[in-house]
Amino acid sequence: MEKKKKVLLGNEAVVKGALAVGVDYVSGYPGCPSAEIGDEFGRIAKENGVYAEWATNEKVGLESAIGASFSGLKSLVNMKSFGINVCSDSLFPLAYTGTKAPMVIFVGDDPSCHSSAQSEQDSRGYAYLSKIPVLDPSSPQECYDFTKLGYEISEKFNVPVILRSTTRVAHQRAPVVFDAPDKRDFKKGNFVKNPHQFSTMPPRVMEMKTELLAKFEKIKAYAEKSKANKVIGKKTGKMGIVTTGISYYYVMEALEVMGLDLPVLKLGFFYPLPEKLIAGFLKGKKKVLVAEELDPYLEKEIRVIAKTINPKAEIFGKNVLSETGELNTEKVALGLIKAFKIKTSKIFKTKKAGVQIPRRYPRLCDGCPYWNILPVIKRALGQDLDKTIFGGDIGCNMMAGLPPHNMQDYMFSMGASMGISHGVSKATNQKVVSLIGDGTFFHAGIPGLINAVYNKSNPLIVVLDNRITAMTGHQQNPGMGKTVMGGDVEMIKIEDIATSCGVKHVKTLDPANMGELESAVKEFLQKDEVSIIVCRHVCALLERRLKSNPDLGKFYINPQI
Amino acid sequence: MKTFNLVLTGVGGQGIITLVSILDEACLIQGYDVKSSELHGLSQRGGSVITHVRLGKEVFSPMVAEGQADLIVGLETLEALRDSNFANDKTIFLVNKHSMGFPGYLSEQETMDNLKKVSKGGLHSIEASEICKKELGKDVLAGVYLLGYAVYKKLIPLQPESVLKALETVIPEKYREMNIKAFNLAKA
Repeated sequence: MEKKKKVLLGNEAVVKGALAVGVDYVSGYPGCPSAEIGDEFGRIAKENGVYAEWATNEKVGLESAIGASFSGLKSLVNMKSFGINVCSDSLFPLAYTGTKAPMVIFVGDDPSCHSSAQSEQDSRGYAYLSKIPVLDPSSPQECYDFTKLGYEISEKFNVPVILRSTTRVAHQRAPVVFDAPDKRDFKKGNFVKNPHQFSTMPPRVMEMKTELLAKFEKIKAYAEKSKANKVIGKKTGKMGIVTTGISYYYVMEALEVMGLDLPVLKLGFFYPLPEKLIAGFLKGKKKVLVAEELDPYLEKEIRVIAKTINPKAEIFGKNVLSETGELNTEKVALGLIKAFKIKTSKIFKTKKAGVQIPRRYPRLCDGCPYWNILPVIKRALGQDLDKTIFGGDIGCNMMAGLPPHNMQDYMFSMGASMGISHGVSKATNQKVVSLIGDGTFFHAGIPGLINAVYNKSNPLIVVLDNRITAMTGHQQNPGMGKTVMGGDVEMIKIEDIATSCGVKHVKTLDPANMGELESAVKEFLQKDEVSIIVCRHVCALLERRLKSNPDLGKFYINPQI
Repeated sequence: MKTFNLVLTGVGGQGIITLVSILDEACLIQGYDVKSSELHGLSQRGGSVITHVRLGKEVFSPMVAEGQADLIVGLETLEALRDSNFANDKTIFLVNKHSMGFPGYLSEQETMDNLKKVSKGGLHSIEASEICKKELGKDVLAGVYLLGYAVYKKLIPLQPESVLKALETVIPEKYREMNIKAFNLAKA
């Protein structure tokens, strides 16, 4: 192995970490801030003897990796925050069965929701539900180190390990020292039958739970000794800080700016927590600030530990640091000032622009085929426009909710438009026009569509099929006929799926033909049953990328098809 | 040395992420510790994009704190003004005199007037997009042109050689010469 030092994005460092331990199998679903992991594997998998894929959704992605793990292959699963909700149904039993070959599950949270609708989710909470170890890195170097650590833990205890990152870690660039392994050939696993371990049929499932709890105690002892948890700065003092993830750097920065030297306990393990180490740190402290983003998980744990070890200690957390939005150095500095009653003139002063600056909304790209679709739907609705209910879904079609379109009356999670539009259509006499993209349709739209047909509602579903999962940076999907590794496969057509699901009114058209789209909308609005229009036109950005770099053709669709 | 704080801002699609990669690489070449922060996904789709680059002996946070920027590079005038909360009385603004309007946009005059007010440390406003379009046929090179300007005018503690070497690593061969030209255009 060759040692290298390079500036890497946090997510690129995860890839290097997985390569360094010899990962064999990579699956997942693209989202922000996680997509770079799967993208990078798509580019380098072949030359490194790794199999990489984009799954149809995160649940399937995890299950795919479970199959690989049971067959003896080292696997990596990658997803954004909400992905873990999607895959949780299989995540919990996986904790019970355990892994055979090691597995790391990367989950990227997005505090402040820079690129996330839905909710400001703190995925660390899944640790409690699943009893799966969770590591929380702060920097690209730790993204690399903790990925390797994750495989080490997984291999030692036969559990999957969650590597939980956040936008400011995943999209942070910094120098990373890493091992670059030599190229190798693809590896095939061997599934050795062991239903005793791989089937959660009761009553065996209850034994498995007991086994998991016993394993958990061992992992706890391991966490106590791990170098991923460490005390920095002054060793003793009446005041101290406990922190994790990106907050660690805000703490260090704030201390530096204010010229303070306080003991800092940095926790790389979020779960299980090194309780003895924490207890030792709390001893003799009068005041402790817990600096963590989003939910006060750590703070609650520390309050419990303090109660037995040092009940007089004052614990600060969400009473001085916001639970909403990202933290930053300024917020942490203010938190320190409030908690520890620090007198300082070195707080952050700022300039004001002097005018209110209008927000620049994200928008559809120049030449985007959706620019045709949205106004034509409006035109077709004519006088009924205001009465019509518009369902929205995740992806580029979210832009329908922004000016100048303003065509979105609800928007939830991947594929949710199908179910909600059915519900609105069933519960009212109002007409529902529901928008969904191709990637989202494949991800979670199909069960909702079947439900609408089965339970007889009549939304008009418009699939904005731009032949690619575009918003997250152009990932291949089943509609395209290409895989992430550049393989040619069957193109799965949305209209064929709709027909098979029992939809009687199905039309596929190119939205460049605006007249055809307008009459299709008008015709289908009259139907008493579910109808679908598939508007198929390749993403304008992809078309431009392919034109300027024809070599990309092996990874992407031919726009002429 | 004290950590140097750079805020680099503009609109999605202006090549800001590439610019951050070039800067990071140049810092590594020059032996600095460096950390940067950027945003991908929805926030890139024609919306405001703000990135942070911090270089020095040992850098902790990847984000510049409010009022702590040494240099604010704006690839678009309104976006430069939007991020003036990172400025103090010594902060230098390097702004591409280029407006990408939208409904409700401030007039260019109003934006420039306000920029003048907040840039007590100095304002360099340059028609980088126009110059690059005229000289090189591509306005997307404005960022690299401004980087050249910042380096040659010593607004940023990086040597031209470090950045040129970084361009070799970061920019694909096909576009490399064009980028080197844009970088050196500001030398004159």
